[in-house]
Amino acid sequence: MSSLARLRIARRLPTALRAHVRGVQTTADTTELHNKPEDLSQPITLKLHEDSFSTHLCEKPSLEVQITAQELMTMYKQMQTMRRMEMAADALYKAKLIRGFCHLAIGQEAVSVGLEHGIEKNDRVITAYRCHPFAVMRGGTIKGVLGELLGRQAGMSNGKGGSMHIFTPTFFGGNGIVGAQVPIGAGVAFAQKYRAEKHCTFALYGDGASNQGQVFEAFNMAKLWDLPCVFVCENNKYGMGTSAERSSSNTSYFTRGDKIPGLQVNGMDIIAAKRAVEYARNWTVEQGNGPLLLEFVTYRYGGHSMSDPGTTYRTREEVQRMRSTQDPIRGLQRYIEEWGLATEQELKQLDKDAKAEVDQAVAEVKESPEPLIKDLWSDIYFKGTEPPFMRGREREEIHYY
Amino acid sequence: MTILKPYPRLSLPSSKLLARNVSPLRGASQRRNNSSEAVEAPPAGGHLPSIATSQILRTKRESALRTSGLVWADEDSIAPSRTIVGGRETRKMNTYQAIRDAMGIAMAKDETAVVFGEDVAFGGVFRCTMGLAEEFGKERVFNTPLTEQGIAGFGIGLAVMGHTAIAEIQFADYIYPAFDQIVNEAAKIRYRSGGSFNCGALTIRTPTMAVGHGGLYHSQSPEGFFMGASGLKIVIPRSPIQAKGLLLSSIRDPNPVIFMEPKILYRSAVEQVPADDYELPLGKAETLISGSDVTVLTWGTPVYHCETAIHMFNNPPSSIQSAVPTSLRSAKVELIDLRSILPWDVEAVVESVNRTGRLVIVHEAGMTAGVGAEIAAEVQKRCFLKLNAPVRRVTGWDVPVALQYEKFHIPDSIRILDALVETLTY
Repeated sequence: MSSLARLRIARRLPTALRAHVRGVQTTADTTELHNKPEDLSQPITLKLHEDSFSTHLCEKPSLEVQITAQELMTMYKQMQTMRRMEMAADALYKAKLIRGFCHLAIGQEAVSVGLEHGIEKNDRVITAYRCHPFAVMRGGTIKGVLGELLGRQAGMSNGKGGSMHIFTPTFFGGNGIVGAQVPIGAGVAFAQKYRAEKHCTFALYGDGASNQGQVFEAFNMAKLWDLPCVFVCENNKYGMGTSAERSSSNTSYFTRGDKIPGLQVNGMDIIAAKRAVEYARNWTVEQGNGPLLLEFVTYRYGGHSMSDPGTTYRTREEVQRMRSTQDPIRGLQRYIEEWGLATEQELKQLDKDAKAEVDQAVAEVKESPEPLIKDLWSDIYFKGTEPPFMRGREREEIHYY
Repeated sequence: MTILKPYPRLSLPSSKLLARNVSPLRGASQRRNNSSEAVEAPPAGGHLPSIATSQILRTKRESALRTSGLVWADEDSIAPSRTIVGGRETRKMNTYQAIRDAMGIAMAKDETAVVFGEDVAFGGVFRCTMGLAEEFGKERVFNTPLTEQGIAGFGIGLAVMGHTAIAEIQFADYIYPAFDQIVNEAAKIRYRSGGSFNCGALTIRTPTMAVGHGGLYHSQSPEGFFMGASGLKIVIPRSPIQAKGLLLSSIRDPNPVIFMEPKILYRSAVEQVPADDYELPLGKAETLISGSDVTVLTWGTPVYHCETAIHMFNNPPSSIQSAVPTSLRSAKVELIDLRSILPWDVEAVVESVNRTGRLVIVHEAGMTAGVGAEIAAEVQKRCFLKLNAPVRRVTGWDVPVALQYEKFHIPDSIRILDALVETLTY
């Protein structure tokens, strides 16, 4: 049987390869400078690589991008801060200060930061468990995220949620159930449409979750009712420890919405990411075309979670190659330096600032107390409508409301 | 079924019989005295109360308006609540009409309220949403695809945005694909977001319990599966008045509620229902018949089987007289409708059992890990020294609900009667 299976895979491989001959490329430094004004407060003009996008049932976004030097610097600072924050979480986990689950987004910074630079404040975002950078970008704080990871009162859910459970008014959380956030995102988008808001919802999920039944249920409802929902597949190539090719019969995730048009994006180049998000927003909100599938092709450097070294299902060389040749932060750094927008010195200062900001937050959350015992029973039911009592941690402990 | 074992006629005073350690059952098997008379046909219409003739249903305006716990919701919210019933109207309705009436009121008063589910725009399979789409527009009452998990997730998304979401899952049997969304998202989102988000505006209506011929996938009672999901409320009404008041409370309750409607009662239970906007309390049981010797606790459809059983117990028809010891017949049985499964009214049940010393729990779901198991465990803990008999559960069997034997699957009045006799003679 096993030899048969191998045979079948061998026979299928060439077709699979052929289909991917002209997929998007994922280099982080192939955007070209087209026009640079004398006055750097004016927008500069860039041209994205022609293989930054692939499309399904829709036109490609234009490759020309207008952006200010200041915005590029902000992106750099934010990506660097997000990576620092995730590295801090990694260290805190290894120091046993974080217990439970922790999924880091190191390597995928261009998606979270790029998303924020392409959307508006009142658009809504909901994502899966790899959620820390999104929470910060959507108005949260590093202290709030790390506090939640440590289970302290300073956490964004008062220390009761932990990783995956962080929210802001426009960010409906990370979510621990694979794929469960996608239909919720469709519901959120429906409310926006119902209220005739000029906003949309970005419902993110991974390549692993893309095979969940409820993701397709949400696709269908969104297209049926033309909801302003952008389904965003963050394809980091591995769903836990299984590569996309081993889990999905169709790895072109942007084509999996049936009648929903799709756009595949180089998710390692933040400028392409921003451009794609603007395109998606324009598609759903300005043009009222209904939902769109957006696939960011990205890569996670770390394992799926803290208990996964991330090297049993892929080679160290592969990770090393991605880190050294396609890193989104280094890519942007090269742009900024090559185009003469800032000096190496100035960027080093931003790195230092990012580190200091994260260090400060780490120090603060370590001081933050753990949740009060009475909060074990709070926020289960709306205050005043609870059952008369709930059981506690041990036999005789009963909390009366 | 042990009911077929005739009990010896005992002439003990009932108070003595109810004391512990009296066991008239011993030796009963040796003294079989089968009735030799032929079984007579019952009078036309039967001599037992059924849903059609139930005393529990309030078929008069006066009694309907005096429904216990009823709070008019149309009044000035700061004024003290009144019980004056003058000027209030009632209309004859069955359960589906009362549910439709409740949703109409909820939608008229709350502009953010929307109703959605499979086929609800056409009135739904049980006619509960009949005319709602015409009255409130297709934007507010709309059909969804056949995607239960999607419906639940979609409803949660709508509710976290502050909309009142009234979702219908066409049969409670179809709720399992949505189990994850309900248990992991709806029930937990308030807690896991530290109170910054909630989907309290979500109500999921779903028809439940046996219908007589529903079979495996249309007659289940899944309320017990949700009982451990703190953050949710589960409500099961027994009648039109209850359905309207409890549904309005559920829709307005700031927690997600699963509202399970016993489907056999949609048409068969008829009451005079107050026409105005009113609510009935969640989390509160209601004592339907007061008693002092044994408590019968149930909810939904079996309320009426229990009423029949209690009637038979006090006045057994000749065909089963031999099974009900004369001395027991004057025992006073207390009947409680639990109404809310989560949170359940521990205080009311414990208070009752402490008085009666005996408890029989009746539900249609299977016995193993059913709602009765949780209640029995809590009652034995809190009433241990007051109990005169083990808590008895009368439930569906621990097998799938088969089409052919559905009537034998659900706890009927004979099985409840049997449990009463057994509990009282323990």
